[in-house]
Amino acid sequence: MHPKTRGKLVLTVVGWLAAGLIFFPIFWMVLTSFKTEVEAVATPPKLFFTPTLENYITVRERADYVHFALNSMIISVGATLLATLIAVPAAYAMAFFPGKRTKDLLLWMLSTKMMPAVGVLIPIYLLFRDTGAIDTRWGLIVVYTLMNLPIVVWMLYTFFKEVPKDILEAGRMDGAKPKQEVWMLLLPLSLPGIASTALLSIILCWNEAFWSLNLTTSEAAPLTTFIASFSAPEGLFWAKLSAASTIAIAPILVFGWMSQRQLVRGLTFGAVK
Amino acid sequence: MASTTTAAQVPGTSTTVGGRSQRNVKTLPLVAPSVVILFLWMIVPLAMTLWFSFQYYNLLDPSVGGFAGFENYTFLLTDPSLWTAMMNTIFLVFWVLVITVGLGTLLAVLFDQDFYGRSIARLLAIAPFFVMPTVSALVWKNMLMHPVNGLFAFFSRSLGLPAIDFFGSFPLTSVIIIVAWQWLPFALLILLTAIQSLDSEQKEAARMDGAGPFSMFFFIILPHLGRAISVVIMIETIFLLSVFAEIYVTTSGGPGLASTNLAFLIYLRALREYDVGGASAAGVIAVILANIVAIFLVRSIAKNIAD
Repeated sequence: MHPKTRGKLVLTVVGWLAAGLIFFPIFWMVLTSFKTEVEAVATPPKLFFTPTLENYITVRERADYVHFALNSMIISVGATLLATLIAVPAAYAMAFFPGKRTKDLLLWMLSTKMMPAVGVLIPIYLLFRDTGAIDTRWGLIVVYTLMNLPIVVWMLYTFFKEVPKDILEAGRMDGAKPKQEVWMLLLPLSLPGIASTALLSIILCWNEAFWSLNLTTSEAAPLTTFIASFSAPEGLFWAKLSAASTIAIAPILVFGWMSQRQLVRGLTFGAVK
Repeated sequence: MASTTTAAQVPGTSTTVGGRSQRNVKTLPLVAPSVVILFLWMIVPLAMTLWFSFQYYNLLDPSVGGFAGFENYTFLLTDPSLWTAMMNTIFLVFWVLVITVGLGTLLAVLFDQDFYGRSIARLLAIAPFFVMPTVSALVWKNMLMHPVNGLFAFFSRSLGLPAIDFFGSFPLTSVIIIVAWQWLPFALLILLTAIQSLDSEQKEAARMDGAGPFSMFFFIILPHLGRAISVVIMIETIFLLSVFAEIYVTTSGGPGLASTNLAFLIYLRALREYDVGGASAAGVIAVILANIVAIFLVRSIAKNIAD
């Protein structure tokens, strides 16, 4: 065999082995979700079995699962929309009309992200308790909006900067008013960027598990909190846990795979391109 | 590029600044909402944490109150549980960083090579990052690390070894393994992006000069990755200082305080023992720790905006 082909084959084996090992816990979880509860805890573990959809049906029939999934969706999408609405004007102003302070402002916004959540847990908890925001969807939406706002502003800013200024100028010369310029030129032109920004924000909200565990109990609890309730010893139904988890992570996994490139930009604040 | 327009052409909406058409846009109302609410979000809770840290404040006992001076701090600093939690925090951050950056660099080099089905293998390898922390913690705890029915127990028994009681005997190490698994894809993704931005001509030139794979790695790739690695370290550190959900669903900080980090200690003090003053003092310490890291991170990002 040609040494180059052999090298590629060796790399293929090593590469897939590494990927397989890393992915294995997820694979095992998905596999377990198709077992019966007895098979799920069987020793030796069963690799071959008759798959059943029983767990998915049970999970779907439990009305509360739908309730938690709906909470996750409403909170993630709500916080993302709100953050985008607040961030678009700011990013537009900073990308197209930069002043002397724009750079400092951007850095300051990032620095607010460096605040560890635990440092402000107590005041937020007490404020929430006193205003009746504990265990409400809007309470979590507000926190997630603020949590992601710096990242959203930042990403939109970098995407807006890539929009060719000439096109906006041409629009201006044709007499486009500022509102029209934003709505009819800037937003359509940067739609892919806005979409991946929103996707990242949704991923971060969906998987957030510090504020959701501390600020919600049942009414507004998203999936992160619901899954955590399986940690109680009496809740040890591995197959059902696996089925609930698989549904909980599937949409976000797909979103994450779709936006992996932009993710690097968003998570490193453009420090790695 | 030089599409200029004069104020006369579009009266009232454009002026010429530096050869470019510019609107007379008032940027303040556009930027203000973001700035104001972020400012409030940053300053109000922080001020409250600071304030509480100097107060006697217990949620269960309204009779205690008033200015405490530095008593919360002296109590905290002389309390061995703070130091245990601090050491656990540092231990956790350090080892997760070592594992994720070390393995992440190797994997990034691996996934930079051309092999069959590479893009699909890469998707599989970054998947753990998108799994919510409570799910990954429970999957590892129950299905893999469970001392009786877990997969690891089965493997060690098959080899004739006793099953390891991960969370009983090595609680902090077990948490570290789970957290490292979640963050490995993050390091991989960012380092891979950085490697791919390496000039292929430079690599080719090094190869022509007879550089083998090892000198290639140590003299071309690793120096190029320096910045990306430091960014990974700083961002991970900020998130790892606040690891919470993984501890919450697996060990609840135990046994004893064996896997309690600073974040979990604050949670215990505030929401389980209702000692707002003491928890706030610990919160201030967490903020100071994070800020030491943040200063370096912001500085390195600032350098990047400049170019």
